[in-house]
Order: sequence, then structure tokens, then C-alpha cells
Amino acid sequence: MEPATQAIDAARLAPGLADPVHGAQSVFRAVLDAMARPGRIVAVPENVLAAAPPAPLGRAAASVLLTLCDIDTPLWLDRRTQAGAADYLRFHCGVPLAADPAAARFAMAVEADALPPLDAFDLGSDEYPDRSATLVVEVAGLAAGKSGGTALTLSGPGIAGSAALTVDRLPDGFQAQRTALAPLFPRGLDVVLTCGDRLAALPRTTRAEEI
Amino acid sequence: MSRQIFEMSNADPAALVAVRQRCAAAVAKAGMDELEEAWAALPERPAYVWLRRPETGLAMVRGRIGGTGAPFNLGEMTMTRAAVQIALPDGATVAGFGHVAGRNGRHAELAAALDAMVQHPAWRDAVERQVVTPLAERHRARKAAQAAAVASSKVEFFTMVRGD
Repeated sequence: MEPATQAIDAARLAPGLADPVHGAQSVFRAVLDAMARPGRIVAVPENVLAAAPPAPLGRAAASVLLTLCDIDTPLWLDRRTQAGAADYLRFHCGVPLAADPAAARFAMAVEADALPPLDAFDLGSDEYPDRSATLVVEVAGLAAGKSGGTALTLSGPGIAGSAALTVDRLPDGFQAQRTALAPLFPRGLDVVLTCGDRLAALPRTTRAEEI
Repeated sequence: MSRQIFEMSNADPAALVAVRQRCAAAVAKAGMDELEEAWAALPERPAYVWLRRPETGLAMVRGRIGGTGAPFNLGEMTMTRAAVQIALPDGATVAGFGHVAGRNGRHAELAAALDAMVQHPAWRDAVERQVVTPLAERHRARKAAQAAAVASSKVEFFTMVRGD
């Protein structure tokens, strides 16, 4: 998939998960909880990372990628993440980098505006909807309820009635693009929003309305 | 001597690679007892953090008949790898990687730590003198002793051509 593999600059690597097995299990549980209860803000356990991740990755984003990515899941990175953290992710996960969003199983963007159109990613197939891409997007603010930023009202599986989530901020048109993908279910994209050491999920089944 | 090594530090990548290869080979072939002993005798053992804790896995060993034939898969062997990082006083870091046969995590850890140390002029001299050279010497002696022990049972086959 990757043509020539570039050498990793070992002198600039940061340590990854402090305890790879148990750390990855606890982060996996955090992601699972967030996915099962869309809009709920979950903190990744403290001290799962042995050291601060390289900029521009936040602790939650780095933990999620170290937990979920491996040699079988090509990863698409936006330009800033590519410049700062590509070696870190390649070393610790052995993950191949995908230049083409359509080839990626995971995508990481530190600026939501840096994302290509959502339908450029692999949406899975009707036979294998699980093979779609999962997007990890770092945002400046994440809060339950209403406050500054893009206020969303969420409903769907895993939510009793409705839930409120405020994201600072989603790029223009992001929500419209998610809505446009909804009729394709079971195909679709799952999104994990990260902010520092907290995360929330917007799985493909969650309907979100901007208010 | 130390000045010369210092100048070699990272200016000459080929020399640095050669030093690291010598170190990796000597450490990988050493027994744990002699390696621990040499490690404990080092004047300075810097603190290091894990980049990658020891992991045991399999590596495919490939061979070529006579060293020149087409490559073939000989079989898998167990090996353990580790990576450590030493923080330098000036804020920079140096990373060391260890790969050893077998499943001894401590062996891979020491290989990685020594690989990091040998890359830095502050420790290179001591590691070369007190670890790499003596370990390589003992390995040579062991090989020579074994070669001598089996040499007495060597049989030469000759094809006699009958001349009528």
C-alpha cells in the first residue's frame, strides 16, 4: 500500500502507552462507552500514556490511535498531524499511512477544516459495513449541554430521548454531510471527537441537529 | 583516543553504524551472566525510559544455499525486541534498539540500553572498552575452543582415481 517506507527519526520519538496491554484495554473501554452512549463525554484514564504525545496530538487522540491502529488499518493524517506525529504513530502501532482517504480505516485531523469531504472516506459496503473508516477529530472544546460553539441535539440508539452536546467547533457543512450519509445505513462513518484528554463519539446511527 | 571518538560522534554515519553493529553483535551473542557482569561494571549507567517494552515474537529466517542461491525461508525463530530512550542533559534524546534471539526480555533491554549509550560520545568509549571488546573476545574464544574440540573428529573424503 505504502510505496517506499521512510525511515523513522528515532531521536525524536516519544514513549507510547505506559502499559500497552492494560492501557489499550482501558482506552478501548472508554471508546466503547462513548460509542454506546453518543454525546457522553468520557475521559481517557489518567497516565495511560508514559509521556506527553507529540504535538499536535492531544492525550485522548493519541491514546485512541495507539489503541485502535495496527498494521492492518491504514491511517490518513491531516497535514499538521503528519508533520508532528507520523513517526510516533508508525513506530508504536506499526500502522501504514494512507495518502488517499478512500484507502484509510482511520483518519486523524487536528483541525476539522482539514478534513476532506466525508464521502471521500471508505463508507464500507452493504455486506461489510464494519470496514468503513473511523474519523478522530480534535476539537477546541467539548461540553455537555449548551455553551459556546456548535450546539447539537443528538438522538438515536444509545440515547434516552435526546442529548445535548456542544462542540467548539465543527466545520461548516460537517453536520450537513453527516446527515447526507445517514440514508446509506448500514454504510456510514463513525466519528470520535477528542479534546485534550476527553472524547465523545458520534456514531453513524446518531442523528444530530444544530440548534 | 577519546577526542578522536568524540569527533567521530555523529559526523560520520558509516563509522557510527559500524560501532553499533559491533555492539549489537557482541551483546546478542553474549551469555546473560557475562553481560550483566559487564553492565554492572560500567562506570556510568544512564537512566532510560521505555520506547517499547520487551516483546517476544517470531522472525522468519531466510537463507541462500552457498550464500549465493535464491533466497528461501529456513524457518521461524523466537526473538525479543525492546527500545529505550535516554534523555540527555541538553534536552535531546538518544534512542537505542535491541533485538536478541530467545525470549529473555532483560537481554533485549540491555542490548537496547547499550545501543543507545554507544551512540553518544560520553559513554561510547567505556561501552566499547568494557562491554563490546571483552564480550566479542570471549565469543571468539568459545567458537575457537569448540572448533578445536570437533576438529579431531573431522573426516576428509577423497575420491581415489584408479589409474589402469
